[in-house]
Amino acid sequence: MSEALSAAKKAEDGNKVAAFIRREIGRVTALASLVVIFTFFTIMRPVFASWANVSGGILMSTTVIGLMAIGVTFVIITGGIDLSVGTSMALVAVITGKTVMAMHLNVWSGILLGMLVGTILGAINGILITVLKLPPFIATLATMKGAQGLALIISDLKPILFTTDVKGWDSIAQGNIIPNFPNAVLILLVAAVVASIILNKTVLGRYTFAIGSNTEATKLSGVKVNRWLVAIYALCGLFVGLAAVVMTSRLGSAQPDLGLGYELEAIAAVIIGGTSLLGGKGTISGTIIGALIMSVLINGLRILELQQEWQYVVVGAVILLAVYGDNVRRRRAGETTH
Amino acid sequence: MSSAQLLSVSGVSKEFPGVKALNNVSFDLNEGEVHAIVGENGAGKSTLMKILSGIYKKDSGDITYKGSSVSIPNPFEAQKLGISIIHQELNLMPHLTVAENIFIGREDRFPGGVFLDNKKLVEAAVALLAELGLALNPNDIVGELTIAKQQMVEIAKAVSYRGSVIIMDEPTSSLTPAETDALFAIIRSLKAAGKGVVYISHRLEELEKITDRITVLRDGEYVQTLKTTETSIPEVISLMVGRKVAQDQRPENRVIGTEIVLRVEGLSDQHLLKDISFDLRKGEILGFAGLMGAGRTELARAIMGADPKTAGTITLHGNEVKIKQPSDAVAVGIGYLSEDRKRFGLLLNQDITFNVILSSIPRFSNKFGFLKVKSAAGIARDAIAQLRVRTPSERQFLKNLSGGNQQKVVIAKWLTRDCEVLIFDEPTRGIDVGAKDEIYRLLTKLAEEGKSIIMISSELPEVLRLSDRIAVMCDGRLTGIIDNKDADQNVIMELATKFSAGLTSVN
Repeated sequence: MSEALSAAKKAEDGNKVAAFIRREIGRVTALASLVVIFTFFTIMRPVFASWANVSGGILMSTTVIGLMAIGVTFVIITGGIDLSVGTSMALVAVITGKTVMAMHLNVWSGILLGMLVGTILGAINGILITVLKLPPFIATLATMKGAQGLALIISDLKPILFTTDVKGWDSIAQGNIIPNFPNAVLILLVAAVVASIILNKTVLGRYTFAIGSNTEATKLSGVKVNRWLVAIYALCGLFVGLAAVVMTSRLGSAQPDLGLGYELEAIAAVIIGGTSLLGGKGTISGTIIGALIMSVLINGLRILELQQEWQYVVVGAVILLAVYGDNVRRRRAGETTH
Repeated sequence: MSSAQLLSVSGVSKEFPGVKALNNVSFDLNEGEVHAIVGENGAGKSTLMKILSGIYKKDSGDITYKGSSVSIPNPFEAQKLGISIIHQELNLMPHLTVAENIFIGREDRFPGGVFLDNKKLVEAAVALLAELGLALNPNDIVGELTIAKQQMVEIAKAVSYRGSVIIMDEPTSSLTPAETDALFAIIRSLKAAGKGVVYISHRLEELEKITDRITVLRDGEYVQTLKTTETSIPEVISLMVGRKVAQDQRPENRVIGTEIVLRVEGLSDQHLLKDISFDLRKGEILGFAGLMGAGRTELARAIMGADPKTAGTITLHGNEVKIKQPSDAVAVGIGYLSEDRKRFGLLLNQDITFNVILSSIPRFSNKFGFLKVKSAAGIARDAIAQLRVRTPSERQFLKNLSGGNQQKVVIAKWLTRDCEVLIFDEPTRGIDVGAKDEIYRLLTKLAEEGKSIIMISSELPEVLRLSDRIAVMCDGRLTGIIDNKDADQNVIMELATKFSAGLTSVN
């Protein structure tokens, strides 16, 4: 009797492990790819693995795209898309820069302001999508162009320099609360943990998955889908605001023309990390791994002195491989792909 | 059992642009009662249910719930009142777990209202599933469950609102007989608990088993309410269609030639199909019967080359044909009409002409690749006349046609392609009683004109009525082929449950 029970228990455990692997295989393969790529570059050029390169080169360059990609992950899990994050970041940077310089705000107020402006821009996307019922692609394409223009107008086409009046703005990203560990990377890490908690432990996270899985059913279950969508796009904007703050801190200025194209890199990171463009599934850790894969590749190829043009081609191939691999896995698992 | 009135609808009307969907309809439901609403497609059942569940707003009329007049402006209000609905197209979030689906919108939260209390959520789900006697794991991902189990999740969700009225819209449409019995057991326990169930079904034979009263709607109008014990299925059908329909017909004794058109030998696939062999003769309708999951659709897809075969040959008029993909099958004249017309058979946002020529575009285009618009429209008009498609013109979009007329357009597509062998998978699924008759006549006529037809159907009366011979499948094997005159429902069910090693169906 007890033997049969323990056998059954063992079988159940076996099933659980199998189910876990099946469910997590996307992230496991992404992580494995990251390790393989990293090892490859380390063998080719040992300097690649030095802490100076890892922290100052790879991790630092992951921060801005990584923060954006965290926000975009929420949006993509709902089955939506946000094309505006790149130029919104520029607009947030410009508005924050102008205000901080004009009103002599301190660092903390500046950070909060950036996040607030980002949140508002995100909420505008959400309102366009839910109230005007525009498809997310169109709505955020429009706000992408709008933000691009406004950033240039407000800045009068000139970079806004954070002079020494604003004490410590540069240390937001470049300081070291933990020795030898850039603050920007710490911010990304904390943001990822917080985002992961929001996605997995809160009501907002649950509805993010529910909406992406079946919007109509979620609506019919009595969930006020439109309100939650606005909140989700606003949350995406909040991370974009944080990305803008980190960006300006790293550069010491707000560059009105910097940001266009970042949205696609952020989306690529999300997709490489195993989040489905069809909605309903995705993880923050996957996204971070995806962003790391991209910056490890670019950094490594640069160290190998591969021409920039070829770097693009390699990144393109990696995106193809990642998504194709995901498709094959899903077909094996018997899930339907559209 | 008490018979207090739970819900009463009187004089409800609803108009959509150009259509009077409901006209002065009345209906009531008592505690502990299962009340069926029946009617053909377009009779207004769904509209009425959507009004009761807050998806549509009524134009006029009154709804009384537990003695007081209520308005139901949205689904949320309906649930708060205690009216929940199980939708026909399952309304679940496939990526979420069973427990998450059941309590969506009402998650247990930690104080503060932001964080989810998953432990409590799972506990509540366990308790609810135990109460209903449902064998489900609350942590399973819903998308990985069978349709029947997903249906159980829907039921658990509906019950979890602790309302008094549960509306079930076609709950058995994708269940096996055993699963249907399990559902009926749950319904009976809901009855015993004093709940009222509104039951909508196309499967009229179920009504006798489970319902107390039957209300018939036709063309948006209330026809009559009958006590189940005092009526019969033929009476209900005649009220639904407004005329008598013969139910237990058999084909006239047609003489089928001996010429073999299609021969399948030793066909197997990776998962289910095992060593299947049969012949199809010229002018014959070969019915395929079997339980859900017996492998009939899989067989059709394997013949068409839509799924890979691991063994077996297909011969057409004595010549072996290699079919690796559906276009190979079409090229040798085998057409497949899927059970899921909307997904696999039709372009809903295109007009009839486009759909009719879809498989034969080379014939309707010139050497520069331009479409011959006139001859395409001509063939579409011919098809409309021949198949009696009810439409104002060949320019009508498919989404505006009824299910029966959509099916005729799919048939027209394959006739235009001049297929010799036609495989119909559930040809009358989702088609109302009146239009079914027409599809039956059409199939018979096609066979008489010399087409060879394989017809897969889960409705035994339909199989018995149309097929010259009946092939029965069970668990991926062909368990028998019988002549119509030797067949009845018992013989077929026996063959359909002939699981190997004497096992009966266990889930």
